[in-house]
Amino acid sequence: MFYIYCPHCEEHREEEEFHASGEAHIPRPLDPESCSDEEWGEYMFFRTNPRGIHHELWVHAVGCRKFFNMTRDTQSYLILETYKIGEKPSITSAAAKLQAQTKVQEGV
Amino acid sequence: MSDSENNPAFNYAASVNCMDQRPAAQSQIEGLSPLHHADLATVAKAQLGQAGTIQLSELKLLGHIILRGNLDNPGFTSGVQLTLGMALPGTLQMVSDADISIRWISPDEWLVVVPGERSYEIEQALVNNLQGHCAVVNVSGGQTILRLEGEDVQKLLQKSVPLDVHPLSFPIGKVVTTVFAKTQAVISRTGNQQWELVIRRSFSDYVWLWLQDCSAEFKLVISE
Repeated sequence: MFYIYCPHCEEHREEEEFHASGEAHIPRPLDPESCSDEEWGEYMFFRTNPRGIHHELWVHAVGCRKFFNMTRDTQSYLILETYKIGEKPSITSAAAKLQAQTKVQEGV
Repeated sequence: MSDSENNPAFNYAASVNCMDQRPAAQSQIEGLSPLHHADLATVAKAQLGQAGTIQLSELKLLGHIILRGNLDNPGFTSGVQLTLGMALPGTLQMVSDADISIRWISPDEWLVVVPGERSYEIEQALVNNLQGHCAVVNVSGGQTILRLEGEDVQKLLQKSVPLDVHPLSFPIGKVVTTVFAKTQAVISRTGNQQWELVIRRSFSDYVWLWLQDCSAEFKLVISE
């Protein structure tokens, strides 16, 4: 079971209260009418399935009923952070890779 | 963005219809609690004088008003202060004054509970006093409140909800919407051993049965 920090209620709650809503940060095309079938299909159906750091959309379904984002490691199941919609994640796979590289360079 | 969000001078009162949802006095229609069939009054009469470790009473037929609005909107916050005489409570907080209480539900949503006979009057006053992008919805018919009191209520809640109800993490004045058995409830601690559950009317029978079952190991007494 996850123990999830809701950024709106400002406290940890049991996973039972939440519902996962898939990948986060998927912008709707500004002008759907002028989208090609491929562009629309990409937006509608295709999702990344990363091994490691992943950004997800969750909703505090039995609680404040607000959506928020979560950065989660799909390998370790570790929740790295939760943040409100509109905010940017502080932990990304790019940043994690960069950190790992610098560590290698420094010989750590 | 809607017109009301763009326009700070948006007149909310002119855009909504506000109607009295209670049956008129001359109609002779009696308002009934969703737990009417359980006949708690008769049970309470039979159990009068008995001491229990959990006392259950229904705070029935109250006026429940949902307020939606943004805290950044002074026309909303000051309108509430003006109408109800208290400020909107912050995250997970509940405030009450005499017979009116406000529960925090979400960052832009509050539940105002008022005496049933004053619900129409207060709803009208809120509609007239609030300004800007906001909403006032009377949900009195959709939910009811159960009050639980006694030394074993905390143990009963420990069996029913997936969160810590110890006074250190659930102090008096805190309100939380969470899973209650297989339904949901807005749970608030109103006293050291006193709790209030706001439950959906369609689940009231389920909660009533659950409470009886769950408190089989304690002494449940119904009071008026």
